[in-house]
Parts: sequence; C-alpha cells; structure tokens
Amino acid sequence: MSENYVVEMLNITKVFPGIVANDNITLQLRRGEIHALLGENGAGKSTLMSVLFGLYQPEQGEIHMDGKKVEIRDPNDANALHIGMVHQHFKLVECFTVLDNIILGVEPNRFGFLQKKEARKRVVELSEKYGLLVDPDALVEDITVGMQQRTEILKMLYRENEILIFDEPTAVLTPQEIHELMQIMKSLAAEGKSILFITHKLNEIMEVCDRCSVLRKGRYIGTVDIKGTTKEELSRMMVGRDVKFAVDKAPAQPGETVLKVSGLTVPSRVHHNNAVKNVSFQVRRGEIVCIAGIDGNGQTEFVYALSGLEKSSAGKIELCGKDVTHCSIRQRAETGMSHIPEDRHKHGLVLDFPLEDNLVLQRYMDPRFQKGGFIQREPIRAYAEEMIEKFDIRSGQGPVTPVRSMSGGNQQKAIIAREVDMNADLLVAVQPTRGLDVGAIEYIHSQIVEQRDLGKAVLLVSLELDEVMNLSDRILVMYEGEIVGELDPKTTTVEELGLYMAGAKRNAGGKEAAAS
Amino acid sequence: MKKDKNLTLWNDGTKTVAASLLSILMGVIFGGVLLFVVALALKMPLGSAWEGFRIVLAGVFNTGRNYDAGSALTFGFNARLVGDMLFRATPLIMTGLSVALAYKTGLFNIGAPGQYLMGTAASIIVALSMDTGAVPAFLVWLLAFLAAIAAGALWGCIPGLFKAYLNVNEVITSIMTNWIAANLVTLLFDGSRFINNVDFGKTGYTLKTSTNGVATAKLGLDFGGGNANAGILIAILFAAAAYVVINKTTFGYELRACGSNKNAARYAGMNEKRNIVLSMAIAGGLSAAGAALYFLQGDVEFYWHTSMTLPATGFNGIPVALLASCSPIGCIFSGMFMAYLTISGSQLSTFTAYNEYIANIIIAVIVYLSAFTLFFKGLMDKKKTAPGRSGDAPAPAAETAGKGTKKP
Repeated sequence: MSENYVVEMLNITKVFPGIVANDNITLQLRRGEIHALLGENGAGKSTLMSVLFGLYQPEQGEIHMDGKKVEIRDPNDANALHIGMVHQHFKLVECFTVLDNIILGVEPNRFGFLQKKEARKRVVELSEKYGLLVDPDALVEDITVGMQQRTEILKMLYRENEILIFDEPTAVLTPQEIHELMQIMKSLAAEGKSILFITHKLNEIMEVCDRCSVLRKGRYIGTVDIKGTTKEELSRMMVGRDVKFAVDKAPAQPGETVLKVSGLTVPSRVHHNNAVKNVSFQVRRGEIVCIAGIDGNGQTEFVYALSGLEKSSAGKIELCGKDVTHCSIRQRAETGMSHIPEDRHKHGLVLDFPLEDNLVLQRYMDPRFQKGGFIQREPIRAYAEEMIEKFDIRSGQGPVTPVRSMSGGNQQKAIIAREVDMNADLLVAVQPTRGLDVGAIEYIHSQIVEQRDLGKAVLLVSLELDEVMNLSDRILVMYEGEIVGELDPKTTTVEELGLYMAGAKRNAGGKEAAAS
Repeated sequence: MKKDKNLTLWNDGTKTVAASLLSILMGVIFGGVLLFVVALALKMPLGSAWEGFRIVLAGVFNTGRNYDAGSALTFGFNARLVGDMLFRATPLIMTGLSVALAYKTGLFNIGAPGQYLMGTAASIIVALSMDTGAVPAFLVWLLAFLAAIAAGALWGCIPGLFKAYLNVNEVITSIMTNWIAANLVTLLFDGSRFINNVDFGKTGYTLKTSTNGVATAKLGLDFGGGNANAGILIAILFAAAAYVVINKTTFGYELRACGSNKNAARYAGMNEKRNIVLSMAIAGGLSAAGAALYFLQGDVEFYWHTSMTLPATGFNGIPVALLASCSPIGCIFSGMFMAYLTISGSQLSTFTAYNEYIANIIIAVIVYLSAFTLFFKGLMDKKKTAPGRSGDAPAPAAETAGKGTKKP
C-alpha cells in the first residue's frame, strides 16, 4: 500500500447485537496530518476509534500501519504501536494525583521502587512545553474537568505516542484553552505526530485540520480536504440536511421572579477560600439567564449549593417565594426545580439501570408509578415509551436498554426528557450540550427556548461562548466565585465577554454586581 | 458474529445461572482430582477415590454400604439426609440473603456472623425464659423469632450508621461488631440459667429450646424423623419477599439506585444515608432470623463459648450470596448446595478413609471455585461487549432497531 499512510483502517465492519455500528468504513491517516473524524452522536466514530485502540475486535476489515497489517487485540497492543487516546469520558483514577495518573502503567522504577522525581520532571517539562497547566500533586477528584482533560493529554504525550486520538477534547475547554490546544495540535503534527481528531465543532475542524472524514449512521460518507470545503458542506455531509447554527428565538418576556439568590457563599472543598463568594441575582419567568465563566470559577460549587448537593455557608436561596436554603434536594425539586447536571455519568444517570428506570429517577414515588410502595411497571414503561417518542431518544432495546450502552447524546436526551418533563418552574441546565453534535445541540437548544416560552425560568451554566451568546437573554459572568458583570448578549461582543471571563474587566455598574 | 450469536441472545438471568452451574462443575471436577491426589499420596486404593467422588457427587443420596455385596456403596433416596440438608440450608439461605441484600445497596456485609450470634442469643434466651405454661409455645416461638430479628437488625445498623454518617468503611466496623458480639454472647450466657447443667459434661452448651417445649413446627416435613421442619419454608418465603422488595418496590428501587450510583441517587433526592442504615438493619435482621430458625428447631445445642470463634454459617452467607450472584431466589439454591456439600462431607468421612479435614478441604475448594461465578459471567459478557462504555455503538441502528423492539 501507499507509503503516505501511517494508519489505514480498511473496510472495517463492527456489529453489535441488532446494530451495525461500523459498516465497511475505510479511514486513512497520513503521517503528520490532523485528520478530523466527523459525525453525529451515534454515527460510529467512537466505535471506530475503539477498534483502532483495541477495545473492540471488528467482524471484518483490516488495520495497516506503515503499509503492514497489524493485529490490535487490546489497548496494550495499541500502546505498543504508539497509538494513544484521550477518551471522551476520562479514564483517570479519581483518588490518585495528577502525576500518578500520568505515569500509571509506565511507572519509572528502580528495583521496584517508584522514581517519581524523574517522572515529575518530565511531566513538568511537557506541561510547560505545551502550556498544559496542571498541578501534579492535586488529586484528580479535586481538580476541574478542564484540568482532568489536560492530564489526559499529558498522559498521551508522556508515553511518546505517535498516533494521537483526541475524542472530543475541546468539549470542556474555554475558548482560550481551545485556542492553545489547537496550537499544541499543530505543533505536534509539525513534529511528525499524526492526529485523529474527533469533534462536532466545525469551527475547530476548519481551523486546524488538514482533512476530514465524515461518518453518518455507521456508514462512511467521504473524506474531504478542508481547504476546499465549507462548514455548511461538512454539516450537510454529517447530518444529511441543512443545519441552522443560530438559535431561533423571540425576545424574552420576563415575568415574576422565580429564583432569588442573595449573598450566597459556598466553601471550597479544595482550598480554604470560598468557592462562591456572596453571589446575588434573580431569574424571572420567561427568561434564560446564563452564568458564563471559565471552568473552575465556582460555577460547579454554585450549582451544587443551589440544587442542595452541597451546603452553603451563608446567603439565601428563594424559589417560587419560598426559602429553600436549608431544604433537602427532594424538597427543592418539589418546590419547582429541575436540574440537568454537569456530569451526566456521576449525577445524571444510574448507568446500570435500564432507560425506563432512569426516566423516573426522581418520580418513582409518584402515585402514577407506584401503588402502596410497589413499582408499577406498566405505567413506567408506557411513560418511558412516551418520552422516547417525544424526545427522540434512540436506543437499541427501547425502555429496557441499559443506559450504559447508549451513546452520549442519547444519554443526555434522556436526562433532558426527564428534567423538562418534571415541568418545574425553574430549569437549571449545566453544560447541557457538552460533547454533543450540532444536530443534538440544535435540538436541546430548541427545547430550552421552548421551556422559556412556556413561562419557565431557565438558569443556564455554560462554558461555551457560542452557546452563551446564542441562547441567553441575560449573561452573568462568574470569575473566582463572584459575579463580576451582567451583560446583554444583544449589545455585547464575544471579545468583551472574554475580558470579563478572564477577570480583566468588571461591571461595577451592574445591579447584581453591586450587591457583591 | 455467528459463533457467539446464541451467547448474545441469552438474557442476563440465563447467563448468571449458566455461569453458576459452570463454576460448580469446575469445583466438583477439581474436588474429584483432589480426591485422587490424596488417594495417591496416602497410598489408598484408587477405588476409594472413586467412591469418594461418588459421595461428593451424590452424598445426600447415599444409603450406606451393602455389606452383603462386597461393601459396595449404595445410593437411593435417603429421607433423613435430605431432611438434614433442608435444615442446614435454612440458616445459610438467610445469611446468604443478608449478604445479597446489603450488596444490592453497595455494601459488603461481613457482619453476618455477629448478627447471627446476636440472633442466636436473643432467640434462645426468649425461648427458654418465657413460661410455656402461661404463654402458648407457638407464641413463645414467634416472640423468640422476632426478638432475634430485632437484635440482628440493631447489630446490623451499627456499621450502617457509621458508614452513612461518618463514612467509616462497613467492613471494618462489621468485623469489630462481630467480635463484640462473640464476647457479648459469652458474657450473656456465662453463669446464666440457660446453660445445660443437666447432662454431664455439657455445660459448654445451652439447653435445647425443646426443654421449654419450644420447637419449630414440622408442618409435615418429617423426612424420616430427621431435623427438617417448617423453617425451610420460612426461609424460602423470606427469599421470595426479598426478591419482591428489591425488584418490585420503590424502596428496593432506591436501594439499588444507591448501590449502583450513590451520587445519582443523592442527586435524585433519595436519602442515601437512611437507605444505607436500613439496608444494613434488614441484612442484620435476616442473618439473625437464620440463627433463630436454626436454634429454635428445638433439638440443637448452642456452644456458648463463642468468644474465640465466629459462626461459620455467618461467613458462609458470603459464598451463598456470591454463588447466587446476589439474587435472592438464587440464594435458595446456593444455600441448598452448600448444605448438600456439608452433608456429602460428613458422609465422606463416615463411609470412606477420607477424614473430615480432607472432606472440609474438598468442600472449601468447591466453594472457592464456585465463587468464580462472576468471573465466568464476565467471560460470557466479554464476548458481547468490551468492558466499559460501548461508546457510540448502539445508537446508529437504534432508528431501525428501536422500532422493532418496542415490546422487548
């Protein structure tokens, strides 16, 4: 075969029970190129990469490296062939430090004793060289999602992998971080490393990639040179129809106040300072208020305190006129709060439960679903089928599909279905489109706008500037645990928003900020 | 794909049963090999190894030796042994349920022996101290049974409270409560009027509860005058109840959610602390009920110097539960299987040259390999999907498959 290709996946077919995940897919990666793999959630991208990484064995097809046929039976084989992967859902040991995670499996040792000093030196070097800022001694469970991501990338660099698979690496990064990552990827490619870049974000593909292969519903659609294509063309290849990038919405018509937060302060679990400092604001019916900010500026802690997962140390939360500061999670839900959590695997879903049980996770004690403490299977199944239909949740076996086996986008749809259908006065949505494709994002955004138009108050927490600008009616910027500004998306620019997010600017005139 | 088509079509339950049977088979084969090795080592005739193997396979159906036909082992229906097996299975099913139920909530109940001891003490004390002249014997039996459950529940909820409110690992606290129970029980009986001072040399034992007229009803389960009684029916009822509670009630739903993903359960507004405590209390009650069903049989003696030993029945709840993959209904069968092995072991030492220690080792080996159920199940699952999330895989065809499988 041609010498140009460092990796060739030829005619790969991977079948799961009842499902053809990859149908005769061919992917050819040139040395030193950044090759995008584009497709909707469930198009088979992750499966294809799992085949390359040795997690799955294909039913048909061959993998060639440098023109020679190779067998990749498990990730160890992949590692031996210098294939590295950053998974969409990080594979980190939560109770280990960043450094321990990076060296895991390739620990430098002398006579069986760990030599962390050298490892540490290399990790610090790599981290400085590529601008991947991490604290090597922090426990993974304590650091932000963004830093976990950087840890994963460092892990790959530490192993001197030649073929780097990035599975949606930018989903959780800030615009600045994304920009930096793009630079890193370019310099890695310039050094001769070959990069497979899985993403839904067309802008990133246009910016950084050389070529792009598109999959749709398990089939190979084609490979195009980025220079000769457009965003519209790519999204049409991916979805099979034209996609709207802007969110369609009428001006907000705010009504009465639903959520009133005053002086809320939340202690940090990581350091001794408060993670959230004296935050005050209101959310009214019929408006989408967005808390924007760079990852790790107190948004997560704020949402935990708001939803009752963690205790606040000072301040007051009023929901629908009721003081819920010291209420349990369930009381808050009953008062009128639904919550799309940031981490769908940690909080959002019981992965080993079937879809139908996840859809009634808060409502199993509803008289509709139980009689005298006994679960009523039939109404739950009927309800699940209704939700599947209404929210277009795609799964292999309908209501009884184990959620673990569903794709990320459909898992998120299940959560959205559950939370939206609770019909609460306040919908708290944290990173609701993390890791989803344009089709799914379009859908979820339309759902959120619909909730607003139905007179619900929506509090959106997002790290993605596009989402913040497109979706919100008011923007609150959170920086180091404080609300540093209130902006109107119609009059502000992305650059200005960025300045607030970076702490370079404060909006002392804003009435919310004045309270702090 | 064609090759493992059948395997992937199996549902989870079938696979679990197949894995359990496979591991039992492995255990029995290995036990058989061990019998031959021991026979060779001790220079026993190989024929005795073959006899031993047959007893291990069908010990409960051993009817002794036919001394008129060259002392050959004879097999047939042995009512006494079958009854004995049912009787010994009773407490094992209960401790198995105890471990299985806690496991569903994500807790490892190694405290079953302590809970079992507390149940033993409570049931014997109540059964012997109430005057059966004034209170009907069946009522005393019932009170003794309930007292045992209460004592076990109390003992179980201690590690539960520590786990829920102080996040202390339940294994550590359970081990401590086990030894506290062991010494407490000795303390309770030491010098008490429940000790058997009537029969010579029996002061290490308590009186049988039948001396006060308290004994579990037979309900027709006589089995040749053996030990069997209605206790096994009660244990089966408990297993059925545990199945219903875990799978059919909102409470069970909460327990499973907590066990499967504590964070999601909390996020959904479930009181995971309360559920941990309740789960441990119920587990404790089940273990203790098992003890009551064993000792209230009426004809068993309890060796009350427990300060140095913990009852094996408590620990054996762990293999019973694991062999059943923590299914309550499965515990009925795995409990029977363990009892079956115990009987086979005693038959082995009675009728062959293998002594009881070798018999115990062989039982242990079989149990050990039997606990590989999860391992074999994992192997079967691995054929289907690789570990972890199956990624984007199942969704694409969901469009087509979803329609066809609306009614799974």
